[in-house]
Amino acid sequence: MRPKLELLDRALVERILGEAFQLIEDPGVRVAPYVVDMLRSAGVTVEEGVAHIPEALARRSVELAPREFSLYDRTGKPAVRYGGDQVHFDPGSSCLNILDPKTQQSRPAQSDDLVRLVKVAEMLPQFAAQSTAMVCNDVPQEVGDWYRLLLVLWYSDKPMVTGAFSASSLHTLLELLVIESGGSEALRQKPRAVFDVCPSPPLNWSEFASQNLVDLARAGVPAEIVSMPLAGATAPVTLAGSVVQHAAECISGITIHQLAEPGAPIVWGGAPAIFDMRTGKTPMGAIESAMLDMACSQVGKYLGLPTHAYLVAGDGKAVDAQVEMESGISAVLGALAGINMISGAGMLDFLACHSIEKLVIDAEAIASAQRLIEGIEPRGESLAVAMFAQTGLHGDFLKLKETRALFRKEQHFPSAVIDRGASGFAADILGRARERVEELVVGYRRPEISSEWEQEMLAFAEREGRKAGLAELPGVTNVECTRE
Amino acid sequence: MPNDTFSAMRQSIIDGAPDAASHLARQALAAGIAALEAINHGFVPGMHAVGEQFGQGKMFLPDMMASAEAMRAAMAVFDPELKRLGTERPMAGVVVLGTTKGDIHEIGKILVGTLLSAHGFRVHDLGADVAGEQFAVRARELGADIVGVSALLTTTMRNQRGVLEALEKAGLRSQVKVMVGGAPVTRRWAEEIGADGYAKDAMSAVALARSLMEQKARSLLAEPV
Repeated sequence: MRPKLELLDRALVERILGEAFQLIEDPGVRVAPYVVDMLRSAGVTVEEGVAHIPEALARRSVELAPREFSLYDRTGKPAVRYGGDQVHFDPGSSCLNILDPKTQQSRPAQSDDLVRLVKVAEMLPQFAAQSTAMVCNDVPQEVGDWYRLLLVLWYSDKPMVTGAFSASSLHTLLELLVIESGGSEALRQKPRAVFDVCPSPPLNWSEFASQNLVDLARAGVPAEIVSMPLAGATAPVTLAGSVVQHAAECISGITIHQLAEPGAPIVWGGAPAIFDMRTGKTPMGAIESAMLDMACSQVGKYLGLPTHAYLVAGDGKAVDAQVEMESGISAVLGALAGINMISGAGMLDFLACHSIEKLVIDAEAIASAQRLIEGIEPRGESLAVAMFAQTGLHGDFLKLKETRALFRKEQHFPSAVIDRGASGFAADILGRARERVEELVVGYRRPEISSEWEQEMLAFAEREGRKAGLAELPGVTNVECTRE
Repeated sequence: MPNDTFSAMRQSIIDGAPDAASHLARQALAAGIAALEAINHGFVPGMHAVGEQFGQGKMFLPDMMASAEAMRAAMAVFDPELKRLGTERPMAGVVVLGTTKGDIHEIGKILVGTLLSAHGFRVHDLGADVAGEQFAVRARELGADIVGVSALLTTTMRNQRGVLEALEKAGLRSQVKVMVGGAPVTRRWAEEIGADGYAKDAMSAVALARSLMEQKARSLLAEPV
């Protein structure tokens, strides 16, 4: 039996959807001029930038969206399956700061930091996908979004979660992926990346977000809606009310997306949080934020759609007990909720900071969560009696052939980050995490990438970089050293 | 003026009760009590108590929003009277607020604006997605003492720098204090871009604005005549 945790009963899910469909019709959803004609042609009334989407159209659109799809690795193998109760994890995205590995103080992230994170995530099987995890502060802001993608493509074989920072730069990112895939049709057939697209709460598909939805749909590249109701501030204070808003934002987004290209892949996702009424912060590690993620995802699953959520992030400023408690709890909850892609690992300080040391600790929490959802299996015809028949009351189970045959299936073996009493490792978890990061970086080997492809990517980067005054390609320049 | 009336006024603010605040304000005027006396001895102490209780974790943001609303209701009664008399409530300073270019998130900035207003600042909220030049133009027009720039996203936070540059270009930088805030903003970022101050939340933004006004007053005194 696969363990599963649901927070809503069927009647409440129906009520949530009922109100969500009601909201997208009245008061409606703010949309950008880019999609107004398309919506009107589908029979949607759009007045003063507000679309009043009828339930029937929205339901049809939800029906058209694929139930499942895959992201592919560099070799063209499906590596992430969106749909059903599949659970995958990726590091959190687009962080501006990093906890410096030496000082453990937050500072602006650089290209080399992203490269290091990508190498570590590449080595950890807990992460089925990479993310464009950091904004590199050593490159001009204008190239910030595609430059992250370039570095991830350069150093990773895995699929990735990414996103554009503007309507126009989406096309630059897509161009990069087209080069990587060997053509736009190849990209459509075997997408390597999914793009986060964020509505603005409440119920607002801005110019940038509307355009991204449409353009991704037409390119056949998967879009991942990241709806972010902040309960009590930009969304109703009740968790149920915020789940309604999340559903309304997702359904309206899916309607726009499916009108642009019926059947294009899209994910019911989000990064909901509560609004802390003492500080005005949005704690990602709060249990209520995790509850929102679980409930929002359950509603998406009820509609049969692929799902995403933002978990495994803590809110403290250091890699400490609070941050890891929050991250560990939410990793387990996300896995039990069967969310297809869970982003957020490595992040702390309300998503303002990344830490590679935290990423490797989170990987241990994720591995435990992954073990948990494998559940408890009855292996063999007898559960215990046959083994007792061999040992009697001596209790000498270590010698049994069953023990040797099954212990690897039964037990997960954490890395040395987790203190299980082995000697020779640092006494504290941060020390052990540092050792683990070092071990992974040393063990990392860059994927085998054809020089032809590299030249094409470099030509692209140099051409696009030049427009923004980028004199060199930080993080990529030492390519000769990493080629072996 | 009986003390229990002042304490009722104070309580109406703490309770976040705009109807009661407005009623007490009207009663005070009808009884011939000077508007400034009622404001300074009745309602403003209410806001101070709210700030204090918030600092102690006994009151929360929705309570504070309601208190600010009650303060606004009382002031709506007094303002026409003050205008008629040609007097004004002593004003703490003129603040121009906005969310930076490319960013449409307003909640934090609205909170800051509400609290600054409740604490006697004259606040002009330029809204969201505001370009640096627009901040500069409005700061000049309105004679701003302080420009407050908010950003929620890591990507748009960088545009706070553009506001400082625009103020510099407009020749206003020496006259205007700049404070920055928003989820990704840190003290170090504020220092890096040359802002005058950073506040981590709305309540500390009020304290910061007050201290910036003091700094401004001191620097004016220090200027050679």
